[in-house]
Amino acid sequence: MNIEQLYRQVIMDHYKYPKNKGFVADNSYMTVHLNNPSCGDEMTVQLKIVDGIIKDIKQQGTGCSICCSSASVMTVTLMNKSIAEALQILHEFYELIKGYPYDKEILVGDAVVYQGVSQFPARVKCATLAWKAAEQAILKIKEDTSNG
Amino acid sequence: MIDIHEIRKDFPVFSKQPQLVYLDSAASALKVRRAIEGVDSYYTSLGVNVHRGAYSLAYEATKLFEDARQTVADFIHAKAEEIVFTRGATSALNMVAHAYRDILKPGDEIITSELEHHSSFLPWMMIAKKTQAKLIYIPLTKEGRITVEGFKKVLSDKTKVVAINHASNVMGFVSPVEEITKLAHEKNAIVVLDAAQSAPHMSIDVQKLDVDYLAFSGHKMFGPSGVGVLYGKKHLLDQLEPFEYGGEMVDEVEMQDATWKEAPLRLEAGTPVIGGAIGLAQAVHYIQSIGFDQIHEHTHKLHAYTLNKLKQIEGITIYNETAENPVIAFNIEDIHPHDVATMLDQYHVSVRAGHHCAQLVSRFLGVVSTLRASFHIYNTQEDCDTFIKAVQAAKDFFTSF
Repeated sequence: MNIEQLYRQVIMDHYKYPKNKGFVADNSYMTVHLNNPSCGDEMTVQLKIVDGIIKDIKQQGTGCSICCSSASVMTVTLMNKSIAEALQILHEFYELIKGYPYDKEILVGDAVVYQGVSQFPARVKCATLAWKAAEQAILKIKEDTSNG
Repeated sequence: MIDIHEIRKDFPVFSKQPQLVYLDSAASALKVRRAIEGVDSYYTSLGVNVHRGAYSLAYEATKLFEDARQTVADFIHAKAEEIVFTRGATSALNMVAHAYRDILKPGDEIITSELEHHSSFLPWMMIAKKTQAKLIYIPLTKEGRITVEGFKKVLSDKTKVVAINHASNVMGFVSPVEEITKLAHEKNAIVVLDAAQSAPHMSIDVQKLDVDYLAFSGHKMFGPSGVGVLYGKKHLLDQLEPFEYGGEMVDEVEMQDATWKEAPLRLEAGTPVIGGAIGLAQAVHYIQSIGFDQIHEHTHKLHAYTLNKLKQIEGITIYNETAENPVIAFNIEDIHPHDVATMLDQYHVSVRAGHHCAQLVSRFLGVVSTLRASFHIYNTQEDCDTFIKAVQAAKDFFTSF
């Protein structure tokens, strides 16, 4: 358990200079709000999918550096991916967080720096909050599309 | 003065976790050997039910269980029949609130405060919704204290219940319970006191406080988890509608009706937490063997020492400098409590980060969450030094990016 493995420069950069931060009042976005009541973290993720492709993601919330940075990383990781690709990436990210082997072809980029989280079980919920919100948004859109 | 090295030998966890710097006793205190052995000996040598059996083992278990009740009663200056063993303080407080769903009427008022642990006011919030009674909050001082003056502002002829804490789990402030109870009783309101944080740190005298109900947990006072205490005045407990129905609480049972025993048994349906009660009694004996004066002297010294050191670190906000209970609620500027806690854990320092089951306190302070360090009898000055070193390290580390 080495703290430098958890708090990597990339993570702290995303924490200080978050990507795709904000909230849009636009009905074409699916909005999901999740929180972690024990530590007070909360996260709102908005997703716009056009023709099965994630065209835009917004994230806004309050929380620790792991939680907020991971929301930023999630947006750049899933942007412009298809629903199927995004769900695969999400699955691989959860595997990585648990410390399991993950598919290095599917999960690429800044997201892999969260590998260190697996050694800090107390922080798993922080690292996955925004990803869970994105997953819920995708699944809701998918459900709406198949029902509609 | 206590011999801290002898005290630490009474807590077996330190031999398993020699590096542990435990500053989270307000969440749960470490377990004392006597309590562990008490639980263990019940399961090892008895393991039978209480009150029911006509054999000698059952008699012996019953005697231990009822002796435990007497020990707890003596601890808070109550009578044995006023002590109900519960699953914990939460369970005890819910038991009382639940019974009032048939008593409170629309427009009745329940007074509580933003300083409460969730278990102290949420049961009443739900009862208020059910009965259309009103939940009223005592205006706190700027610092966040419950005062008699603040209480007077909300006390009225409509007040039926006052549900407050004896000591705040986040802020460590002690409420002026005696005066509040006196005023509440003038309006014929009952007072339900959450004593989960006070019972481990100060002598409680229910005669003097005169509260109607009082609750605390075993695990916060070196005893086992899964056992707690509801104290109630005997005539009130005898009227209190049981939360659970079942074995051992009944008097006579017919096909369409049944009657209940007197307190406390009417409120202890089913097989009680026998081992837990026996363990809790041992924890009480342990506290009595040291004495609250000694406990207070020791923890107060550590509390003051740490406060002083912490104040010298730039960018630290302390929310409760005047706390009576040895609890420090604080934050480091621009660093999230959860990040700090992870760094502290690297130094084997255990603190709490978050809401502390008291979201209204965070709201009152205007923060998302806080860090909380709490002290008890087994903490040393070295613990405080390690804590300060770790806080400084957390600050340096996170500002380095």
